[in-house]
Amino acid sequence: MKKILILSTALSSLAFAAQADVTVMSWGGAYGEAQTEAHVKPWMAATGNGAVMLDSDNPAPAVKAMVEAGNVTVDVASLEIADAIRLCDEGVLEPIDAASLPAGADGTPAADDFLAGAITECGVSTDIWSNVFAYDTTKFPEAPTTAADYFDLDKFPGKRGLRKGAKAVLEFALMGDGVPAAEVYAVLSTPEGVDRAFAKLDTIKDSVVWWEAGAQAPQLLADGEVTMTTAYNGRIFAAAVNEGKPFQIVWDGQVYENEMYAVPKGAPNKDLAMEFIAYATSTEGLRAQAQQISYGPARKSSMKEELIFKDGKTVMAPHLPTAPENLGNALESSSAFWVDHDSELNERFQAWLAQ
Amino acid sequence: MAEATPELLTTADGRPLKEALASAQARAKRRAFLLVLPLLLFVLLTFLIPIIYMLKRSVEHDGFSASAPLLVAWFNANPDFDPANPPEEAFAALVQDLGKMQADKNTGMAGARINYSVPGSISLFKAGARAAKDMKPPYKEALLALDPEWGKPVLWLGMQSASGNFTTEFYKVAADRKLTADGWARGDDKQRIYLYLFFKTFLVSGLITFICLLLAFPVAHLLAVLPMAKSSLLMILVLLPFWTSLLVRTTSWIALLQEQGIVNDLMVGLGLITDDGRLTMMYNLTGTIVAMSHVLLPFMILPLYSVMRVIPPSYARAARSLGATSWTTFRRVYLPQTLPGIAAGSLLVFILAVGYYITPALVGGADGQLISNLISFHMTKSNWSLAAAIAAMLLAAILALYWVYDRLIGIDRLKLG
Repeated sequence: MKKILILSTALSSLAFAAQADVTVMSWGGAYGEAQTEAHVKPWMAATGNGAVMLDSDNPAPAVKAMVEAGNVTVDVASLEIADAIRLCDEGVLEPIDAASLPAGADGTPAADDFLAGAITECGVSTDIWSNVFAYDTTKFPEAPTTAADYFDLDKFPGKRGLRKGAKAVLEFALMGDGVPAAEVYAVLSTPEGVDRAFAKLDTIKDSVVWWEAGAQAPQLLADGEVTMTTAYNGRIFAAAVNEGKPFQIVWDGQVYENEMYAVPKGAPNKDLAMEFIAYATSTEGLRAQAQQISYGPARKSSMKEELIFKDGKTVMAPHLPTAPENLGNALESSSAFWVDHDSELNERFQAWLAQ
Repeated sequence: MAEATPELLTTADGRPLKEALASAQARAKRRAFLLVLPLLLFVLLTFLIPIIYMLKRSVEHDGFSASAPLLVAWFNANPDFDPANPPEEAFAALVQDLGKMQADKNTGMAGARINYSVPGSISLFKAGARAAKDMKPPYKEALLALDPEWGKPVLWLGMQSASGNFTTEFYKVAADRKLTADGWARGDDKQRIYLYLFFKTFLVSGLITFICLLLAFPVAHLLAVLPMAKSSLLMILVLLPFWTSLLVRTTSWIALLQEQGIVNDLMVGLGLITDDGRLTMMYNLTGTIVAMSHVLLPFMILPLYSVMRVIPPSYARAARSLGATSWTTFRRVYLPQTLPGIAAGSLLVFILAVGYYITPALVGGADGQLISNLISFHMTKSNWSLAAAIAAMLLAAILALYWVYDRLIGIDRLKLG
């Protein structure tokens, strides 16, 4: 018993030592780096408060585990919107007062400045990222331009990279089968619609190389393992702009969604965390992040002035999922649909894979 | 020899020897126990308690029962109700509970709990809870007017099943059963996946163990019989990959074996295969088995080596001098002495392989998925109870195998080093 006491005292004193700073948990890699540069460092400089960035391969389960164990060490977490909504419903996150968010730089109130759906009960959007498909420009004389082209093995021969999971893949299959973006979830809500999506995937199943980690998609393309692959748009942008790879994104059939900052229930520095989120999701905060990585800012005012990538020359607008010319045939991922059907459709997906 | 009565032996201070010995031994035992106490506490805190907690989680979930008290009371009073046509009073209890959930902000927990067996329930509950406070009797019509899904028999069966704090539901789902309007039944073939993956995980792990044994046996023998200087050098070649990160080794195999990889390039260059006929050795079961066998090989070599090193070479020489052929010498003299090492290595590799998940996730492709990949999926998607149930089944299967192993080979013959 004594040992447990000593142990817990030691652990809690560790926790006390960390309490001076706001701890932000994000996804690491280029994304975590972008948030460090755009939010953490400027906030420390502007307010004099400390802040620490933690990497995680997915902050959502970590946050849930911390809150359930009653030992929360993270103040701000970067979550996918479906997770932000689900964890909020489960009482794992603190509600965020939308009225406390600052107005845009042009004076537009926050509620009007943010894009629709970018503020939820417990989360504020930091950016909009997208599931797109990309191809190697050296492989095809004629460029693929639509989601249907991705599934056309005759016209565009070669292997396809595809994320190993049901989410965004089923929607993409339906759009490749000619379902308009606006009707995708209505179709996918019926058993026939699910069958239709899998039937479309069946047509390319033998040519698919499945990937799971985000970094695998550009790697498969670079190695010549596949000629086309679905990917997170930021990864393709990084490979094309930073490394000069001949990769081209096709925005037709993109499935985009918000990424949210949220505060776990019982966060040690809750008030400071709320201040941090207000700062990071201000017009300037979102602009700064969009200049680090090609994910669209969720405020209209952040896009008023031209965004330039950190290399000083690349204009960001055409590379963002939210650019008007990229939204022609685009679908916003439905968090409500996936909260309901994730398990069910993933079981079906895994069973289909194993057939 | 005047007296034959045995005299009680005593120590110098007059205490009976037996008693003194017992007390000295007890003291030594206490001291020994104190030495292992930190380890015992450590194992208890970091191993046994989490496992017990996991087992508890796989049968306990109060997400619905705690947030819908009135409906739970009604289910308890009317266990044999007709799910196809629940009466008004059940709907009244449900609407009041929904209103309470909205006020307490725990609709998500309740909906998520029902969603585990009846997909689509989270949105249904959220919409219901938002509308509940404005609803007027008769509640049945009001709720059905909001969404006819509220009248589905399977939903009512799901809610009844979730009305207790404890449930076996998660084990049923992990055994590929689904809740239907007629109760739990065999799931649709398009969705059955868990039992298949269990079976496959054990099969693949067995195969990997066998491959590791075949590869490791000669290597370990060589290490054991070579002079020290040479064997140390070889040992480094075994240990170097062992110390290298798992991810690095997995991605190296990808670079080697993929279609545009080194091995295929080499074979095309040598004219063994054509450029169109490149072999698919990665992103499938082959890739999973190759990469996992390599990653786990040291766990087979090291126990084998430690056993082989102490087998005196004179035994084999004696067998040969008595006329045994080299095959008989190996089979009757050498092999039996290496059994403890084979047993330890196989057990180690098999158990590690059963729980592997990063390598199959990266190189597995369509048919290289193992059961641990699904456990990980449910962990990240907030269905921890189902993840716990699958993990508990995995644990039970391993313990059963361990028992069989103990019966066949005997755990006391295990030698890890």
